[in-house]
Amino acid sequence: MLQIEDLHVKIDETEILQGLNLSIKPGEIHAIMGPNGSGKSTLSKTIAGHPSYEITQGKIMYNNEELNELEPDQRSHLGVFLGFQYPLEIPGVSNEDFLRLAYNSKLKSEGKEEIDPLQFLQFLIEKMNLIDMDLKFLNRNVNEGFSGGEKKKNEILQMALLDSSLGILDEMDSGLDIDALKVISEAINKVFSKEKSLLLITHYTRLLDYIKPDYVHVMRNGKIIKTGDISLANELEEKGYEWVV
Amino acid sequence: MDQNKNTAFKNLINQPYKYGFTTEIETEKIARGLSQDVVSLISEKKNEPDFMLEFRQKAFRKWNEMKEPDWSLLKYEPTKYQDVIYYSAPKLKKKLNSLDEVDPELRETFDKLGISLNEQKRLSNVAVDAVFDSVSIATTFKKDLAKAGVIFCPISEAIEKYPNLVKRYLGTVIPSGDNFFTALNSAVFSDGSFCFIPKNTKCPLELSTYFRINDKESGQFERTLIVAEKNSHVSYLEGCTAPQYDENQLHAAIVELIAFENAEIKYSTVQNWYAGDKDGIGGIYNFVTKRGLCSGKNSKISWTQVETGSAVTWKYPSCVLVGDNAVGEFYSVALTNNYQQADTGTKMIHVGKNTASKIISKGISAGNSKNTYRGLVRINPKASNSKNYTQCDSLLLGQTSRANTIPYIQVSNSSSKVEHEASTSKIGEEQLFYFLQRGIKIEDAISLILSGFCQEIFHELPMEFAVEADKLLSLKLEGSVG
Repeated sequence: MLQIEDLHVKIDETEILQGLNLSIKPGEIHAIMGPNGSGKSTLSKTIAGHPSYEITQGKIMYNNEELNELEPDQRSHLGVFLGFQYPLEIPGVSNEDFLRLAYNSKLKSEGKEEIDPLQFLQFLIEKMNLIDMDLKFLNRNVNEGFSGGEKKKNEILQMALLDSSLGILDEMDSGLDIDALKVISEAINKVFSKEKSLLLITHYTRLLDYIKPDYVHVMRNGKIIKTGDISLANELEEKGYEWVV
Repeated sequence: MDQNKNTAFKNLINQPYKYGFTTEIETEKIARGLSQDVVSLISEKKNEPDFMLEFRQKAFRKWNEMKEPDWSLLKYEPTKYQDVIYYSAPKLKKKLNSLDEVDPELRETFDKLGISLNEQKRLSNVAVDAVFDSVSIATTFKKDLAKAGVIFCPISEAIEKYPNLVKRYLGTVIPSGDNFFTALNSAVFSDGSFCFIPKNTKCPLELSTYFRINDKESGQFERTLIVAEKNSHVSYLEGCTAPQYDENQLHAAIVELIAFENAEIKYSTVQNWYAGDKDGIGGIYNFVTKRGLCSGKNSKISWTQVETGSAVTWKYPSCVLVGDNAVGEFYSVALTNNYQQADTGTKMIHVGKNTASKIISKGISAGNSKNTYRGLVRINPKASNSKNYTQCDSLLLGQTSRANTIPYIQVSNSSSKVEHEASTSKIGEEQLFYFLQRGIKIEDAISLILSGFCQEIFHELPMEFAVEADKLLSLKLEGSVG
């Protein structure tokens, strides 16, 4: 499980997170909502270990291991997955090679043998079928020329492939029309299981119509200022963020 | 990135140069400096016929009147030409009758470099000419090649055995007075390779010359001449390394290629001269002139280079497309790190009708290095319906490296077509974070990005070397983003 205590984080010289507490158990889905600049994305990148964010106080524990000093790839091997709001394009690198390298890196970290390209392809196709993703995306370069929805789906494919136990999904719904949103939500629901947990970072409630959170948190000025269930999200939708303050 | 990571990066960049060892061997050297007498002495040591002595002396006179070019974007301490030793050769105990008689020290040196002079352990279908300082040590598979009528031997041997061939072609593509460095080379060159592919022959083996500079103070001036007669085909690869010294060493080579009607020459280089240390101390000064003449109809010359070494690189492998329908190609990866400087590119001179050229250049700069692509495409008035396509991509790693693209395009007829595309990208922190977040180590991430970036060029290399080149790049650059 994820346990965050009194987390303070700064980027350059500005303190963004100012004493944040959060606890997520296996099988739970949490949603963090909040206005722009409240620190939602900072939280997700800090958990994943982005080098620009410096933890000045507090700690992040995951399955009884402290993450604070670990490199991003080590955190990934422990099961932390960050779905990017804007997935990066990697010119010249095929999606299939990228996915295989990621998968083999994980196997290696577990002391297992790397899998050969043919075996991997079989395994990958299963995962792609699971989330209903077109196989043509394997031969294209990573995210290059993908539409917004395709990029997000590629993120979910990676989460499924790495079988990550904690999925932090940063604004998965941004830039998607309602059909694409449905498709992505379905994929996320298929990958989720009761041994895993999800942290959804979102601006709007529409994502939560498709993925039902157990808890909804509202962030403001680098802290969680209110926690409730789905009804809190609905209330926010009606009354706006000013209402919570 | 945080401090820890910076240190890890630095450790990775400063991977020791694998080939920096020195071979202890007795050598025969002449006194430092260059003069008419030294030129004559070199010619005498090599038992050359008179035409060669004249060739050298004429070149020396030209060189004496020339100035070192200063138009490139390179900055370096000028070479003190009178302090260089112009001839150094390992003392050979006797004339070699077979490869088994190669000095064990030298054999071991080449083994360490991964170049086996043992024909039994031959690298799939590659004949090797091994050049150590100023002389060729051994050439493998001469017999197999001779059966096909192909001549592949040290150029000094060619001067002795095939003087007429050498006399007919030497200096015809690159006249000795072409530039400062060609004049110097023409005056003092000591060895190199000579290949002659007779008409209607496809060379049965890949030909390869491996250049090793060992001596600390001697310059290396090789000269390669490849002649492909009508309807012939040859693929040639050149490799080079040098020990690690604090002083800069001079390397000024010439490569001349001639392709007759329907002939094709594919020339590949993997250049890994010592590049100097992380503070830019030492390393090879690499001033090389390479030019191919497509003299016949439908002839083709293709240059592929992977440039990773040298402190300073000044090199523009070119094609002169004289025959109608001739094709010239230039594929290049130039990588610079630390304080390396490269000013490299090509010249495509279209003279004949319907001639075509293609230039794909990939520059990778890391550390404090400077990487310049400089290319000329000239389409002459009579070269109607000719076309050129140029693509120059630069990849920057880190904040302090620089990349320049300087194209010169001169088109003198209206039926020709020239296209130029250029791009600059950067391996950024966010891109690397994306890889890391997926559990991929930073070294693997950079290596994958680089392979992707250079793929088009590696496709052009003979297979055995494509893998090597890929590894070489990763090794040189791992972790140089900070």
